Amino acid sequence: MYKIVEKRALNEAVTLMSVHAPHIARKVLPGQFIILRLDEYGERIPLTVAAYDRKAGEVTIVFQAVGRTTKMLAALDVGDDILDFVGPLGRPTELEGVHKAIVIGGGVGCAIAYPQARFLHEQGATVKVVAGFRSRDIVILEEEMKAACDELLIATDDGSYGRHGFVTDLLRELLEADSGYDLVIAIGPVPMMKAVCALTKEYAVKTTVSLNPIMIDGTGMCGGCRVHVGGELKFACVDGPDFDGHLVDFDELQRRNAIYRAQEQVDANHICRLAGEIDA
Amino acid sequence: MPNMSMQKTPMPAQAPEVRNKNFDEVTLGYTPEMAVLEAQRCLQCKHRPCMKGCPVAVRIPEFIAKVAQGDFLAAYEIITSTNALPAVCGRVCPQENQCERECVRGIKGESVAIGRLERFVADYFMEYGTAASKRAEPNGIKVAVIGAGPAGLSCAGDLARRGFEVTVYEAIHKAGGVLVYGIPEFRLPKAIVEREIDSLRALGVKIETDMVIGRALSLDELGEMGYKAVFVGSGAGLPRFMGIEGEGLLGVYSANEFLTRINLMKAYKDEYDTPIIRSKSVAVIGGGNVAMDAARCAMRLGAERVYIVYRRGEEEIPARLEEIHHAKEEGIEFRLLTAPTRLLGDDQGWVRGMECVKMRLGEPDASGRRSPVEIPGSQYEMEVDSVIMAIGTSPNPLIRTTTEGLQADRRGCLIVNEEMATTKPGVYAGGDAVTGAATVILAMGAGKKAAESIANLLLPSPGSEENPA
Repeated sequence: MYKIVEKRALNEAVTLMSVHAPHIARKVLPGQFIILRLDEYGERIPLTVAAYDRKAGEVTIVFQAVGRTTKMLAALDVGDDILDFVGPLGRPTELEGVHKAIVIGGGVGCAIAYPQARFLHEQGATVKVVAGFRSRDIVILEEEMKAACDELLIATDDGSYGRHGFVTDLLRELLEADSGYDLVIAIGPVPMMKAVCALTKEYAVKTTVSLNPIMIDGTGMCGGCRVHVGGELKFACVDGPDFDGHLVDFDELQRRNAIYRAQEQVDANHICRLAGEIDA
Repeated sequence: MPNMSMQKTPMPAQAPEVRNKNFDEVTLGYTPEMAVLEAQRCLQCKHRPCMKGCPVAVRIPEFIAKVAQGDFLAAYEIITSTNALPAVCGRVCPQENQCERECVRGIKGESVAIGRLERFVADYFMEYGTAASKRAEPNGIKVAVIGAGPAGLSCAGDLARRGFEVTVYEAIHKAGGVLVYGIPEFRLPKAIVEREIDSLRALGVKIETDMVIGRALSLDELGEMGYKAVFVGSGAGLPRFMGIEGEGLLGVYSANEFLTRINLMKAYKDEYDTPIIRSKSVAVIGGGNVAMDAARCAMRLGAERVYIVYRRGEEEIPARLEEIHHAKEEGIEFRLLTAPTRLLGDDQGWVRGMECVKMRLGEPDASGRRSPVEIPGSQYEMEVDSVIMAIGTSPNPLIRTTTEGLQADRRGCLIVNEEMATTKPGVYAGGDAVTGAATVILAMGAGKKAAESIANLLLPSPGSEENPA
């Protein structure tokens, strides 16, 4: 059992949670993920680690309540236990030797993107962060992101905050203005990562994406997280979760990630074990 | 007076048309009367040919003699002196290729039903026996076992019986490895696996789940924690795919994922959250036990047609005879000498069909099996809405890629010597991590052998005062 020691709503749908898991906190590095299972009847779902405190033995996750398990997780409170919390899994992000980078976060992906920006910034790299949200009311971690880079640029789909438009609009301007970037990191919804990679390919800037496909064990057994990268079959749990964005088959990934959506819609009317009724 | 019947005493089973709709155990086991009757078929051969066929050296004639006398608990003692998981082995071992193949009664008629008797004895003990916790005198030496599957559990049991302080680290939330994520409930009830594992705990074996060795702890750190030896039984890993067009379509599963959703994550039970695709027409590619398990699970999830598609012929199918027989009884259709060439999708990205080509058997290859050759122009399409790939796995890469000094071969299998020692001092390995996908009993045999080597390494040899370093 793993105790929840901190819980904070970042916006209406996005929650930050810290969990006491000393053996994971000891080892985890940026880019790695955990797998959790809430109770005996629960699914195993992967979540990328947003932060960690080695001394306190705590691991922080940030998640959006979209599916059954994340909704149930959001209903838990400080002091509650999570039955299984496994990690660290996956390969850490390779952040050595980067001088000038653009880190792009989309929505809840900002929670994973900004620690990477901070890591690069602390290593002395010049870092611009581009963050995209649907609208002003769901902007998260603005202060944290600002502190983690040389410049923070925000775009909203509806124009209610920052630039009216998509992260790719801002990205194009950055790439037009300066050809010296040696890395772009993009973390967010699959269509966003796909659009970012299409753009950075034009400018021939190396781009790393962090993938979050459906997984079960997360240790190289089930093969559920398979994804084609450069025509080769890769497994996000052991070969990733970071991949060269210019080689990832995003269409396949998006299709596969939605495979159970219809089923979950049907099930959404069921009474939730942990939280009572869930909104369908 | 021995029972001279040429046939094995039949074992009751659920009717095929009933069982192919539920996940309850297919075969129901012997009654005590049936067991005694079957045990009386054993001729008690002096040269014990059956034992030569057993990877964990069960003292077969001795335990059968006890069964024939009706002393089932004594039979259990004999079996468990060398076999840590008898209720499992009695159910899933390919006896026809092992003990029963060597049985003298099999020369004329059917061999003694050694597997069924082993299962009976283990089940009888679970029902009526009392786990006399016969812990060995502790020797104070710590050994770590990585992976709570058949290899690891067998190694842990044997080490605990020798007095070692054993901790088993398991990456997922449940101990059992392939016994819990792979082999279905209807072939191996999970309650039985749990009870077998409980009896290992009673011997003093500690099991820590949710611990990913190679990530949370390295092998070197285990050494720093005082473990004097490590056994790696991390099992089969990444599923293989064929590399044909359409494998990224929706409705294509690896057998590992399909079976894990069903067996470990209980997708077939309403109260569990695990989603799974229920298809009408399912093709399972492959001919091993895993393929049979996947096909029979697909049927139980409600498929109307389930095919086993295998590129060689009936003779070459590697699955246990009983599984093939049961699968056929349950309505699984076998498309032999057939290989998929392309998976076809609809406009939503779901599988709608599979293009196959017919094969014929050519010359024997290096393994001695006749290799399949395509018959030109024999392509045809099968209408399926799900395809499950059961064509094998490669060993789990986690330990190998995170440990220095641990050598693997080209396929990623850990290299060991005859003592099951790896290239890293103090580290032993066995099971699928070494051999690639194989059977439960071979993994158990390897775990057992490693336990003996570890004991030889760490315990003073008999008659010697010196403690080898």
